Amino acid sequence: MLKVDNLNVVFGHGADKNHAVKEVSFLVNRGESFGLVGESGSGKSTVLNCISGLLSNWYGSIEVDGAPLSHKRPISFYHKVQMVFQDPYGSLHPRHTIDATLKEPIAIHKLGDANQRVERVLSEVGLGPQFRFRYPHQLSGGQRQRVAVARALILEPEIVLLDEPTSALDVSIQAEVLNLLQEIRRERSLTYVLVSHDLAVVSHMCDTISVMNQGETVEIINREQLQTGELKESYTRQLLVASRGYDRQAIDQFQDF
Amino acid sequence: MNEPMNETLLRVKNLSVSFPSPKGEVTAVKNVSLAMGKEKIGIVGESGSGKSVTGRAILRLLPSYARIEADQIVYQGHDLQRCSEKEMRRIRGMGISMVMQDPKYSLNPVRTVGKQISEAYTIHHQVSKDEAKVQTLKMLEAVRIRNPEQVYRLYPHEVSGGMGQRIMIAMMLIPDPGLLIADEPTSALDVTVQLQVLAILDDLVSERGMGLIFISHDLELVSSFCDRIIIMYGGRIMEIIEAAKLQNSRHPYTRGLLNCLPKIDGDRTQLPVLERDDAWLGDDNHNLTG
Ligand SMILES: Nc1ncnc2c1ncn2[C@@H]1O[C@H](COP(=O)(O)OP(=O)(O)O)[C@@H](O)[C@H]1O
Ligand SMILES: Nc1ncnc2c1ncn2[C@@H]1O[C@H](COP(=O)(O)OP(=O)(O)O)[C@@H](O)[C@H]1O
Ligand SMILES: [Mg+2]
Ligand SMILES: [Mg+2]
Repeated sequence: MLKVDNLNVVFGHGADKNHAVKEVSFLVNRGESFGLVGESGSGKSTVLNCISGLLSNWYGSIEVDGAPLSHKRPISFYHKVQMVFQDPYGSLHPRHTIDATLKEPIAIHKLGDANQRVERVLSEVGLGPQFRFRYPHQLSGGQRQRVAVARALILEPEIVLLDEPTSALDVSIQAEVLNLLQEIRRERSLTYVLVSHDLAVVSHMCDTISVMNQGETVEIINREQLQTGELKESYTRQLLVASRGYDRQAIDQFQDF
Repeated sequence: MNEPMNETLLRVKNLSVSFPSPKGEVTAVKNVSLAMGKEKIGIVGESGSGKSVTGRAILRLLPSYARIEADQIVYQGHDLQRCSEKEMRRIRGMGISMVMQDPKYSLNPVRTVGKQISEAYTIHHQVSKDEAKVQTLKMLEAVRIRNPEQVYRLYPHEVSGGMGQRIMIAMMLIPDPGLLIADEPTSALDVTVQLQVLAILDDLVSERGMGLIFISHDLELVSSFCDRIIIMYGGRIMEIIEAAKLQNSRHPYTRGLLNCLPKIDGDRTQLPVLERDDAWLGDDNHNLTG
């Protein structure tokens, strides 16, 4: 469904040159939930931004359903691929009601049935009709993230790119949003690419996981490997140890990668 | 388990804090009591549960419009509610220090980190400039900064997140306080750096025989790092529990927090959703925040 091959991104020039994504390759099958995990600055968001079309300074190849993507995306692309961002505060227009936010893509894509579509998608993300004419500041963080998910779903995409969708939320709200994402994926047979710095979140949500460090793919693993600890790379093993909490002795063994 | 194992450093009895708001008083903290010795105690809760307000109320760092009431806030025999502002300044430093989440708010952007740390020392110790610098370099080494001379001359924006937090710890520990309140000191850092910074803090706290109040939203981290845990919800203490016994907690809120976390070994079924109960907030649960 989605194939990324030798993807590279370089920001800046000369002394400021930053090769942020280096030869990254992975394959995501239809209906699969694929994870990208790594520490901050490892290039996870940059990879998603290349796929979604937000960034165009990449080279390499990205294919959706066998068709290579160019830097500029046709409008039809957004019926296939949509993205949800970490920060529900920053990604919603503060002076637009939820209704207006959700109707915007319907108008751009000339879909019609706007009211019905908005009602349907709001109920799908667990927000009652009373939320429809509210503004973002009248919602809690978890409710805002539900709106962001609704906005991604309204064009009925096949692939949803999720960039740290629960990192800004309290754990109890995170649980609700993760449950919602799993339910929607099942019902709509969606394909996910989920970015997170949290191994437990990717392990809960994803079958196959690419571990990134400093722009490079460290290894691609499946979730059973996280459970058994049978990992090839010491970087991944260290991440796994760190995810288990504070262990004074273990910390002395940490290396810089 | 409401009493510390060793001599009591800090005792707080029935601390309540409220803020005026257009809709009336908002209670941020209600009837919080704790007693601690030279131990690591964690305060855990979701955002808005009153963790930071509790820490700041102890040190009288809240804005003047905050209404603070307590039967007792005593640090090593000093009644902190009755101390003059001058006595309080002495206590904030040599007595109790506080490290915040983001060093950018606590460090002065236009002064070198070295100057700021050595000033934190000279406020409380009458020594020459040279001696203060020697102590500062020693402290930078103690927080495992490999090139202290070089870091001494840097400005806050020139250091990474992990180094910034180590500098903050150096600055807060150089006056040699008896108790450190660390409010989400590592929440903005990557997990491995976070653990490395905590290890430094842990070593210093035990070498110097200090007490530590570690404020965090991360229950798993706190339970692996601290001796005892205070669980807060809606400004109230739900329970105080030994970290080693956390998994056996019977309190429904604590259980809810533990269960809603995704787990690497989990079976990927629906995560249990936390059901909140107004009964946890006692009889006056109007005016509730969080
Ligand atoms: N728009 C941009 N312009 C310049 N540099 C960028 C931009 N976006 C990301 N970077 C840099 O690329 C690297 C990878 O960043 P990012 O993909 O955001 O990492 P992650 O999402 O894993 O935290 C970092 O060094 C970051 O500073
Ligand atoms: N300076 C303030 N003025 C008014 N309300 C405040 C102030 N500081 C905190 N609060 C409120 O007190 C409650 C507890 O806040 P806080 O202790 O910061 O929570 P946390 O557990 O996230 O640290 C929140 O509802 C918050 O909005
Ligand atoms: Mg990112
Ligand atoms: Mg706080």
